[in-house]
Amino acid sequence: MVIQLLLVAAILSALLYLSVRSVAFSAVETTQDRILGAATLAIAEELRGGAEGVSVDIPYAAFSMLGAIGEDRVFYRILIAGETVTGYDDLPLPENPPEGLDPTFYSVAYQGEKVRVSAAYRSVLVARKPTEVLVLVAQTRSVQAEIVARLANQAAALGLGFFAVAALLSIATGRSVLQPVQRLAEAVGRRGPNDLRPVARPVPEELGPLVAALNGFMMRLSGALSRTETFIAEAAHHIRTPLTSLRMQAEIALRQTEDEEVRKTLRAMIRSVDDSARSAGQLLDHAAVIYRTDQRSEETIDLWPLVEGLVDSFRPLAEMRDVELHTIAPPEGMTLVADRVLLESAIRNLVDNAIKYSFADGLVEVGLHREGQMAHIWVHDRGRGLSGVRASELMVRFQRGSNVEDVIGSGLGLTIVREVAAAAGGNFKLGEREGGGTCADLYLPLSD
Amino acid sequence: MRGFVFAIVGLIALAASQAAGFEVEEERDFPSLADESAVLSILSTTDSTVFTPLILAYQQANPTVRVTYTVASTTEVYSALHEEKAAFDLAVSSAMDLQMKLANDGDALSHQSAMTSALPAWARWRDQLFGFSQEPVVLLVSQKALAGLNLPETRADLIALMRENPDRFRGRIGTYDPTRSGAGYLFATQDARQSDTFWRLSEVMGNLDTKLYTGTSDMIAGLLVGDIDMAYNALGSYAAASLAPGGDVQIIELQDFTHVLLRTALIPAQARDPDLGGGFLDFLLSNAGQTLLEQTAGLPRINEAALAAGSHLRPIRIDPGLLVFVDPLNRQRFLREWTAAVIQP
Repeated sequence: MVIQLLLVAAILSALLYLSVRSVAFSAVETTQDRILGAATLAIAEELRGGAEGVSVDIPYAAFSMLGAIGEDRVFYRILIAGETVTGYDDLPLPENPPEGLDPTFYSVAYQGEKVRVSAAYRSVLVARKPTEVLVLVAQTRSVQAEIVARLANQAAALGLGFFAVAALLSIATGRSVLQPVQRLAEAVGRRGPNDLRPVARPVPEELGPLVAALNGFMMRLSGALSRTETFIAEAAHHIRTPLTSLRMQAEIALRQTEDEEVRKTLRAMIRSVDDSARSAGQLLDHAAVIYRTDQRSEETIDLWPLVEGLVDSFRPLAEMRDVELHTIAPPEGMTLVADRVLLESAIRNLVDNAIKYSFADGLVEVGLHREGQMAHIWVHDRGRGLSGVRASELMVRFQRGSNVEDVIGSGLGLTIVREVAAAAGGNFKLGEREGGGTCADLYLPLSD
Repeated sequence: MRGFVFAIVGLIALAASQAAGFEVEEERDFPSLADESAVLSILSTTDSTVFTPLILAYQQANPTVRVTYTVASTTEVYSALHEEKAAFDLAVSSAMDLQMKLANDGDALSHQSAMTSALPAWARWRDQLFGFSQEPVVLLVSQKALAGLNLPETRADLIALMRENPDRFRGRIGTYDPTRSGAGYLFATQDARQSDTFWRLSEVMGNLDTKLYTGTSDMIAGLLVGDIDMAYNALGSYAAASLAPGGDVQIIELQDFTHVLLRTALIPAQARDPDLGGGFLDFLLSNAGQTLLEQTAGLPRINEAALAAGSHLRPIRIDPGLLVFVDPLNRQRFLREWTAAVIQP
């Protein structure tokens, strides 16, 4: 935009220069023509007829006044009845003879210079017969060129001044116009990945339509997103309900049959049903996380009781898998402001993963401590670890590690944790534990 | 061999015809002080005695330059440059109108230097014509001859004086002959332009059998030997230089108006060495040159303050108006009228 404004300023300066040049040229030419014409007429008025011929008396003032303008060369020629009687006999004659008493003007090249010629006709009585007398007075125009050049240069200087001022103004204007746009862009850019609230910050009137369009777009996007999440939740729910009844039926069948082959099949079926149910549960959780980061309901939470309660809820599962669950309490209480459902979902996923990927007789440790302004929740296991897969890849939706073919999972767990951490303004790290296993570290900002 | 001889004869003939093309009054050669590297040729209407100190001073600074100084009348200088296109590096003349005509008609080269830019605007034209001295045109009177009479202060006084004492001044007044002297023609035309008194004055002078001269030095000589008692339109600079202060002849600057002549120089278009001409011109306009001109030759330096101080002083402006009286028709008409007024049967 600045460049366009500068271009406009430059074009205007050039136009100013050219127009002043042409106006000055014609103004100076008109002025000089008047003086040249006056000099011609002064000579013409002094022509006298008589019995013997025409007497010519060039008044001193006629040429002296031509010197008043500047130091231009002066030429003249006087013809009586077509014969040159005095002056420069090769000074070119006008193409069309002048009419009336007023002089006519024309430009010709003479003695290697461009000259302006003024020509006037007079009829004088010689021996009672009218005789035509033509008076030509010519002057070079170096002074005109000088004046025009000076004026045009002044105009150019003026134009350049305007140019400079316009440039500075355009830069300043550009900045002040673009500033709100930049601030808006920054504000939108700073938002979390799932923050689709309408932009509420005040903007200049001119940006109103842009913000309205942006808000409308985000509303539609968020609507589409929530419909998707609703669909997923609905789908998960519809899968989970028949799965529960399927599991119940399988358990009843298991109790009723003695055939070892059938029981084995039924047990495998029950395990598959369990995994499918958990996957459906996680899909539901994820949908909830997305939804809740958009529509957060935050409250002050005492962190350790929440963690301890969640760990306790996993004890039956841990016992079933022969995994020991160990909690390490922090020396102090810690509170933070967060969405309880989201937080629970994240911690649940971490503990669930730790148990899921542990070997039999494994140990899962869950702890909490303060690190500056952050609460550090950590979950350590002695499971199969990450086997070189990058932690960031595991946090992508539906992406699973390469060493988990035998464990059924949705690939959503870590995504949920990462999104909860991001929504709360914290972060999440997953790393290989020394001596085998995985360290999951969730950092969340504390309220003070 | 024969062709060679003819060629030499031809060259000599050509040189002779060139030398004879215009009437030369005086030729002076100033050999270079050191080994000659260039020749500066000056064509001038001013006596060589006036310019000798300047040329010698110039040669002190430029020892390898030989200077040739040719003197001719104003009209001869004009025709030499305009019609014959004689090759000179600098042309000096007191006939401002003819010099103006040369410059206007493209017979002069432009020259720009710190010296020429320092000149006031009225003393130069188009960087081609430059005034280097300002000389008042004055009335010279013998105090003895006018004993008992009031010295005239204006032209009206002068006319009255002559009218009242016709017998006393008959044949005792001198002035320029404009038909033979370029400077005289310039003074007469400028007088006629300035005031109608000129025609009355001419008639009165004509009645008194005025003697006509072609130069100021002749008029001064006439005054000194007692041929005449008054000289009208003499060059004050010559008079001041050649008359002893406190002597009988008094220089009067008439108070109604006193014209100031500018002696001018230009570099002819056909100059062999224009830079050399320009160099001498710059020396002429320099403080050293102007001082030397004033002190040794009595030619007053260009001085705007002096002109402003004398309210009766009218410098003859270098402008196209000067061309008017150069016009042959105008010249004819003017001289016819002047002759009718002054030379009475």
